[in-house]
This record gives sequence, structure tokens and C-alpha cells, in this order.
Amino acid sequence: MPRILMDAEPLLSVRNLKTYFQQDEGTVKAVDGVYLDMNPRATLGVVGESGCGKSVTARSILRIVDRPGRIVEGEIWFRRPAANGGPGSHAVDLAKLEPNGLQMRSIRGAEIALIFQEPMSSFSPVHSVGNQIVEAIMLHQEIGRREARDRAIQMLRRVGVSSPDQRIDQLAHQLSGGLRQRAMIAMALSCSPTLLIADEPTTALDVTTQTQILELMRQLQQEDGMAIMLITHDLGVIAEMATDVAVMYLGRVVEQAPVDAIFHAPKHPYTRALLRSIPRMRARSRERLTPIAGSVPHPYDRPAGCPFHPRCPDFIAGTCDREPPAPRAVGDRHIVSCFLYE
Amino acid sequence: MSAAATPLLRVAGLQKLFPVRKGFLKRTVGHVRAVDGVDFHIDQGETLGLVGESGCGKTTTARCILRAIEPTGGEIFMRRADGSVVELGGLRESELRALRREMQMIFQDPFTSLNPRMTLLDLVGEPLLVHGMKSRREREERVAELLRRVGLRPEYMRRFPHAFSGGERQRIGIARALALQPRLVVADEPVSALDVSVQAQILNLLFDLQEEFRLTYLFVAHDLSVVRYISNRVAVMYVGRIVELGETEELFTSPKHPYTAALLSAVPEPDPRTRTKRIVLQGEVANPASPPSGCYFHPRCPHAIEVCRTQAPAFQEISPGHLVGCHRAHELRLAGVE
Amino acid sequence: MALAADAGRVPSVSTTDQQRIFVASQWQLMWWRFRKHRVAVASAVVVAGFYLAVLGAEFLAYSDPNASEAQRSLMPPQPIHWFDDGRFRPHVYGLKGARDPKTFKRVYQADPRQKIPVRFFAQGFEYRFLGLIPMSRHLIGVDPARDAAGTIFLLGTDVQGRDLWSRLMYGTRISLTIGLLGVTASLVLGVVLGGLSGFYGGVTDTVIQRIIEILRSIPTIPLWMGLAAALPRDWSIVQVYFAITVIISLLGWTELARVIRGRFLALREEDFVVSARLVGCSQMRTIFVHMVPSFMSHIIAATTLALPAMIISETALSFLGLGLRPPAISWGVLLQQAQNVQTVAISPWLMIPAVPVIIAVMAFNFLGDGLRDAADPYGR
Ligand SMILES: Nc1ncnc2c1ncn2[C@@H]1O[C@H](COP(=O)(O)OP(=O)(O)OP(=O)(O)O)[C@@H](O)[C@H]1O
Ligand SMILES: Nc1ncnc2c1ncn2[C@@H]1O[C@H](COP(=O)(O)OP(=O)(O)OP(=O)(O)O)[C@@H](O)[C@H]1O
Ligand code: SF4
Ligand SMILES: [Mg+2]
Ligand SMILES: [Mg+2]
Repeated sequence: MPRILMDAEPLLSVRNLKTYFQQDEGTVKAVDGVYLDMNPRATLGVVGESGCGKSVTARSILRIVDRPGRIVEGEIWFRRPAANGGPGSHAVDLAKLEPNGLQMRSIRGAEIALIFQEPMSSFSPVHSVGNQIVEAIMLHQEIGRREARDRAIQMLRRVGVSSPDQRIDQLAHQLSGGLRQRAMIAMALSCSPTLLIADEPTTALDVTTQTQILELMRQLQQEDGMAIMLITHDLGVIAEMATDVAVMYLGRVVEQAPVDAIFHAPKHPYTRALLRSIPRMRARSRERLTPIAGSVPHPYDRPAGCPFHPRCPDFIAGTCDREPPAPRAVGDRHIVSCFLYE
Repeated sequence: MSAAATPLLRVAGLQKLFPVRKGFLKRTVGHVRAVDGVDFHIDQGETLGLVGESGCGKTTTARCILRAIEPTGGEIFMRRADGSVVELGGLRESELRALRREMQMIFQDPFTSLNPRMTLLDLVGEPLLVHGMKSRREREERVAELLRRVGLRPEYMRRFPHAFSGGERQRIGIARALALQPRLVVADEPVSALDVSVQAQILNLLFDLQEEFRLTYLFVAHDLSVVRYISNRVAVMYVGRIVELGETEELFTSPKHPYTAALLSAVPEPDPRTRTKRIVLQGEVANPASPPSGCYFHPRCPHAIEVCRTQAPAFQEISPGHLVGCHRAHELRLAGVE
Repeated sequence: MALAADAGRVPSVSTTDQQRIFVASQWQLMWWRFRKHRVAVASAVVVAGFYLAVLGAEFLAYSDPNASEAQRSLMPPQPIHWFDDGRFRPHVYGLKGARDPKTFKRVYQADPRQKIPVRFFAQGFEYRFLGLIPMSRHLIGVDPARDAAGTIFLLGTDVQGRDLWSRLMYGTRISLTIGLLGVTASLVLGVVLGGLSGFYGGVTDTVIQRIIEILRSIPTIPLWMGLAAALPRDWSIVQVYFAITVIISLLGWTELARVIRGRFLALREEDFVVSARLVGCSQMRTIFVHMVPSFMSHIIAATTLALPAMIISETALSFLGLGLRPPAISWGVLLQQAQNVQTVAISPWLMIPAVPVIIAVMAFNFLGDGLRDAADPYGR
């Protein structure tokens, strides 16, 4: 059963989140002041290049950051429905919860579910896929094993696995990449979460299989009404799926806006440069691209000030290289972190 | 045929089977038909894009052409600088070595394709050294020139690859490939492993180098938008076979094979205003160890008819320079890009 | 200009430290990585100490390891007292022997009144340092001219009244060199056969792999015991020494050959090796410039990890009386004396030779672990 929430209230609100990895070689500021807002039933696309902190942000929300990573600052407000199923809701700051405490465990997997990039590593190699879905269901719901198994088969059928009553007893490596990802989705949705975090759900898949999975996610969202945080580095997938987009660069969200604004009225120099640099299907062939100069800095070597300033065409000397810019609203639900808009 | 009309590279019936072994005695129980009868040619100075999904045999084709792996069957003809044509498949390794000057490869993964124990000077200078440039001074000068050309500072030539980012390493790989001034460059997904913001730099570089040195590219990729950007002609592969080959514009705007059409439709365009109904193919790519009967694509094809199940379609020319392997190529009206 | 816009801005060189890393070779990177492994570094020092003891066994010993005297049978260790009346004057107490009236065993009592001074660089028996330089100085000792009756037994004596400390020094030499020679023999066999197997593949590979499988499937201890028991009794110490080396390296090489074959197979498919071939490198160059340096460090680590097994093998064989035999001295031979429970109960110091065995094995293992972790400095 989908949980009911008022649309006006944000479902998830991340404020100035900082997650650092303290290592011998230095501190990796994987997430360094992230602001995000998500409405119920929305699809927030999180884009950014490799290493910009997308996965760590997702893991911070679920409080499953690997050691030595630690949330050092910030708030993660998540709206939960009233305890007895009645009307109304209340917000909790996930950053303050005990990662393995009772409250966090009742949220993780049940209200916020996660789909990984590589489904192989998230299924145990020695237990059948079905068993793991059954376990997940029984962990969060007071039902017996038989009933849970029926639910699992039903879920597998819903995500388009053919003959689910046989597939349920197979091991993860016996399934193809696409089927594995479907099983992963079935497991994630088995407890009707209000928020589904999908971390690069199609990156390891072929384009034709990607189309199938994206289509499936869209259909399930229509039926269940959950919100999706879709993490990817593919701007095409974002344009296809998202209602809102957050663009990340070096551990910060540099711009968040409705999808149309991101693609047709981007404000941040990085977003603009990125959109100019990607080759497009509709472009004429053999036409020069406009690349972004330089490369993404090494994680130990983050520039001071605005993280993008060494590559930025609109760089203001003496300003951009001092302090990081604060997020600022420049339009309806459109937030930019850039000194050009201060 | 005059020298100018002879293609630089012509591949005929190329085949590569990998044995599948099982059991204690490692007996061969079958074959992975990784490349199963591939024909194409590339003219001097042009780029042929080779696209297809994971496991369809793109890398195997590329490596067979360079004899990095031994093809099981087929012929590979290369026109040498003096106009003579050699068949690469029949050459011994020692004979091949001289020819390696003329054909080089750019690898997909810039982290594994450079020996981490060598400095840039040694990496980029090695091809020069093994082809007879013994003087270290001369090599240093040439390496400096090459590094400058691919956009790296020559002062860094004493550094090791681990000091560089992915995009910079790919530039090193390109400099190494260009050191011998080859005529044919096989690039196997040269930008797939790179950050999105760096891909365009490398694509532009490859483009400029082609103009400057009249290079001929076989460009392998799975990203259709990249292929569209760089290629003059495109070949689409499915389970070890080329199913469609044609001029880039024509193939993208009016594809003739149902697989090409599905592939084109599957690529999400980075523009939310163009969300369209996609062709959603059923099932998954066939296993090359036991491909289906008839047309390999028939189990997933929305246009399959009875004959598709039983007979393999011929790879035929339906308009000048446009070849398709589909029984219904003439009758189907398929939508392309725009 | 197109090129200027395209050119990747090279990473900002912020510190000299980074500069150093950029031009660091494989071995430098490995050293930096190894250095972080504290336990491994400490183990390296211990191992170095052991091999210094191997070189200078005679110098560290202070009495002839084979000089026996029934009078001094099973004397307990005499600990060194460093200070006398608050002044630095190292000495040991003399021992007074008496017979236990009930058991008729000789028992010794330390006599604090009899202080025997311990001298550094004292004169002692004559030897050739490193087999070359004739010397008669030892690290410590008693001055025979002044303390005629004085003797020291830092770790006590054995049944035949031989000084345990001096014997331990000689035993260390034999036990550690036998391990080293065994590993060297394994390494040669392993590299040659593993390399052939990995590089040529096919029939060569199959034959070598089957041999390895057969060798590995024979239970180790009976094989060793059988081979060792077959050694003729009248062989000289040197002959037995080499025979034992060969026996313990017989199984050691199979492991190394596997490691090397595995590396070769993996490397053959590596992109940078393919790249070397495509650029036109000869087979020789591909192997020796690209492949061998890539697994050199792994071989060093594997070798270090193979050493403790060799040391244990020798010790075990000799302990069982199947390896080295007296008058040769090794850790195993020394421990043979501790076989008898009753003797050990009365003279527990006979167990002391087990201590260096344990320390050496642990040190080699930690060192090997550290080397293995540092072996691939490019691992991401
Ligand atoms: N367990 C860890 N230990 C140390 N550093 C880490 C760890 N996990 C992530 N990082 C660092 O945090 C940064 C952000 O990583 P993250 O995985 O979030 O990137 P991402 O945006 O998800 O990239 P990708 O697209 O490659 O998945 C990276 O620089 C990475 O090196
Ligand atoms: N050495 C090998 N032994 C056995 N099978 C192989 C070997 N190399 C490739 N194959 C098989 O051959 C087929 C084609 O592989 P290939 O690497 O050419 O695909 P590809 O099109 O390059 O795919 P990708 O996009 O994943 O790089 C695959 O099914 C693969 O499993
Ligand atoms: S031959 Fe038949 S099955 Fe194959 S692509 Fe054409 S229509 Fe589809
Ligand atoms: Mg990630
Ligand atoms: Mg490939």
C-alpha cells in the first residue's frame, strides 16, 4: 500500500550535508555541503561525473556510508507518515539517528529503498534471489513465510520476470544482467517505500535493456506513487525520466531546478558547459564539440572556493577562488550555487 | 583497380570462434561465435563507426584486424603505403612487425593500457625505439613534439602515468599510437571510460588529428551519439554479424534494419521536450554460444515473419553503399532520428 | 585556437610532495607503501637482525659450541646483572653445584658473593670471521686470564654441558641458511617451470601442471620422512645439509610455479602487454621489459612468505631425527634435547631454542604480508 503524504510538504530535504573520508593520504571530502529538496512522487535526477559524490550522498541518506566515511555536518530531513497510519506526518533528521538504531532500521528498506548500480554485488551469491526478497519482506512486515513468498512471486511478476515461480529459486549469477536488475527492483519495492533511491540502475546494462528498465520504473512509479532519486551520469536518462534535476560537481550540488529549466535555461556555468559538450543524436555528424577545458581534480586536491573555478569560463578572480558560493534561489524551485547570481 | 580506389582496409568473411571447454579433460563442447562472418571496407581518410551492444563482438573484430588475436577464418586486406595490398591473416609474426608501423590501436581503458612502470618518454618513445630510432636525443625530441600535439606538456615526460587523470592518460595512449605515423588507427571505445566533460576533448582531438595526418579510423563504440559525431559511415553489429552498414546520415535518419531502429530509439536524448515513445525490445541479446536459427534477431524483432525463423537473411545492398541483412528491408518503413 | 581550448589543463602542481609522487618509480612507490605497514617494517628489522647473527655467529658466541664437559651438565641460565653498587659493571653470579640428597641430581645455586665480570670484546676461542679474517674476539666473554674459574652460560647448558647460547648462534646460522637455500632452489625451479607453463601454454602447460598436482597430492610428512630416512647414515654433515635443502625445496617450488604461471597468464591478456605487441615489440622485449617487472615484486613477496615454511620444515625434520644430525647444530637439533618431558621439567631452558623459531617465522610472515600489500602500488 502506498503511504499517503501531502504533496505540498517536501519528502526529503538535505541541508549542508558533509561526508568525509579520513584516510592516511588525506581527507576525501566526498560530499561537501550538499543541499537537495525532493517532493513526494517526484523524480529527482542527480547527475554528475564519476567521483563527484553521488553514491556517497545516497549512502549518507540511508546511513550506510562505508568506513572510514562519516557525516561530519548537516541535516537530512525525511518526512514519515504518522505512526498509526492516520493522517498527518512528521519529519526526522536522519543525520542525527543511530545508523543501526531501531528507527533507522525501520526506515531503511521499508520507507527508503535502494537499488545499486551492480546488482550482482547486492545479492548474496549463496542464497536464492527469492529467499532474499522473502527475508526483506519479513523483516519489515508481520507476515508468515508462505505469504511473504507469495508476495515475492507477485512482485517478480510485476517487474516483468517471466515464470517467477521458477526464477524465485535461482541464484543471482544464474540470471542475466537485466533480470538481476528487475529482481533488485522487486526487492526494493516489496515494502512499498515512499522514496526509492536508484544509484545508476542502468549503467551496467545495454541501451535496449536500459529502455526496458526505465520503462518499468516509470510504470511502477505511476502505480505506487513513490518518489525516485535517480542517480546517473547520463544526461539523456535524466531528460527522459526526471521531473527535477540536481547537478553535482566535486561533492556539491551546483544547481537544482525543474528538468525543463536545467536543459533549456541552465544557470550554472558547469551545467551550461556540460550540456554544450555532450555529443547529441540529433546533431549533424562530424561537427566539432565544445568541450570543458581541464579535467576533474583529484579528490585529495579540491580547489578552494567554488570547486569549478579552475575550469570555469566565467571565473571571477578574487571572488570565486576564496569562499564556496552559497545556494541561492533564482527562479521557481531553481537554485544555483554560483557567484554570478549573488 | 587504381590505387586510389582500393580501400585501405578490406575485411571479408572475418570469423572468430572461441572454444567453450568443459570438464576435467577440458574438451571443447562448443564455440562462442564472437565474430561470425563480417565484411566491410574502410577508405583512406574516413572513419567507420562500429556499434553494437555489449558482447556483440566489436572488440574481437577490432583485435582480429590488428592480429592481436588470431582470426579463425576470413581475410583482411590492407593497402600499404606503396600501393601494394597484403593479406594480414597469412602473415607470420615477424613479417607482421614491419606492418605494425602502419596500423595502431587506441585502447578503451587508459588505466590498464599504459605500463605503469614506464615514464611518458619510454611509453611514447617505445614504438620509435623498437622500429629503429636508437638515438635517445632524437626520441626525446619526437616524444616532446607528440606530447605537445596531443595537448600535454613535454616537461612531464619523466613522469609516470599514475600522475595523470583518465583524460590525460588517454592522450598519452593516443600519442603512443601516433608515434609511428600509422595510416590506420583502430580505436576501441576510446572515450567510454572517461568523464563526460572530458569525452568531448578527446573526440575533438581525434577529429583534428585525423584532418592533420589523414588518418583512417575504425571507431568502435556502444554510444550512438558519439558514433554519429565521429563517423562517415556506420556498421551496426548484432551477435557477431553486421546487420546494417551505411552512410552515417542515411543510417541515422532512415534505418533499414529493425535492430538499428530499436537501437536508435533506445538512446535517450538529453532534451526533456523530445520525450517520445520508445521501441521497447522484448528479451535480451542472444547468447553467441548458441545463437537462434535464421535471423539472429528474430526472437526480439517486432517485424519478424515466418521466414525469419528459418532462413538467415542475406547481407545485401538496398541502395548504393547501404547494406542490410534483413528479409523485410525493402518493405519496412522504420523511423530514424528526426 | 582549437588546440588551446582542448588542451587538458594539467593538474595544478600544488606541493613538492606531489611532484615527488609524479616521478616516483615502482620501487619508490612500493617503499612508501611498505613504510606505512609498521609491523612489517619492524619485522624487516628483526629479519635483518637474524641474518646479521647468521654472518657473525662466531662473534656472538663466546664458547666453542661443541666443547662439552660432564661437570657442567644442565646448568641453569645466568642472567647478567648490569649494575654493581649503582655503577655500570656487568657481571653474573657464580653457580655452586650440589647433589640433591633425594634425587641424586646435580642442582645449582646462584652465589651472589661470587661476581664474575662480563667483558665486552673479550678474548675467546679462535675463528675466522666470515670465514676469512682470523679473530679471537667475541661480543662478550669472561677474561680467562683473570677469572680462571669463571664461566658464563647466558642460557644455561645442555645435558653434555655445552653452552646453549653459543649453540643457538650456530644453530641460527644453519637453520636460516638452509631455509634461504631451499627457497632459492624453489625459486629457480618455480620461475623456470612456471614461466614455461604460463608463456607457452598448451601441452607444456598441461604436463607441468599435472606434475605439480601429483607432487602436491603426496602427503608432505611421509614423503619427507621417507626421503630423509633414505639418506645414507655415513654422509658428511655437508652432504646431509644439501640433501635436506633439496628435500624441503621439492614442494616449495610448486607453489611458486603456480604463482608465476598465474601471473603470466593474467599478464598475457593485460592491455599494456597487448599494446606492447601491437607497437611491434619483440617477444623478448615484451617478456623482459613489460611482463617480468610487473610480477617481480609479487615473486619477492611470495618468496618471503615461503621462507617460514622452509624453516619449520627443517626444524621439524631435525627434531624428529630425520634431518640434520649431531654434530651439526640447527634449531631442530637443539630442540631434540627438549623431547624428553622429564628433562624439560627440570631444565626448562632447553626449550629456549623454540623462541627464535617462533620469532623468525612470525617476522617472515609479517614481512611477507607487508611486501605483498606493497607489491602492487598501482592497485586502485
Ligand atoms: N570507501 C571509501 N573510502 C575512501 N574514499 C571513498 C570511499 N567511497 C567513496 N570515496 C570517495 O568519495 C568520492 C565520491 O565517491 P562516489 O562514489 O560518491 O562518487 P560517484 O559520484 O558515485 O561516482 P561514480 O559515478 O563513479 O559512481 C570519490 O572521490 C571517492 O574516491
Ligand atoms: N578470450 C575469450 N574467450 C572466450 N570468449 C570470449 C573471449 N573474448 C570474448 N569472448 C566472447 O566473445 C563475445 C564478443 O566479445 P567482445 O569483447 O568482442 O564484445 P564487445 O562487442 O567488444 O563487447 P563490449 O561492448 O562489452 O566490449 C562475447 O560473448 C564474449 O563473451
Ligand atoms: S530478418 Fe526478420 S527477424 Fe530479422 S530483423 Fe528482419 S524482420 Fe526482423
Ligand atoms: Mg557511484
Ligand atoms: Mg569491447
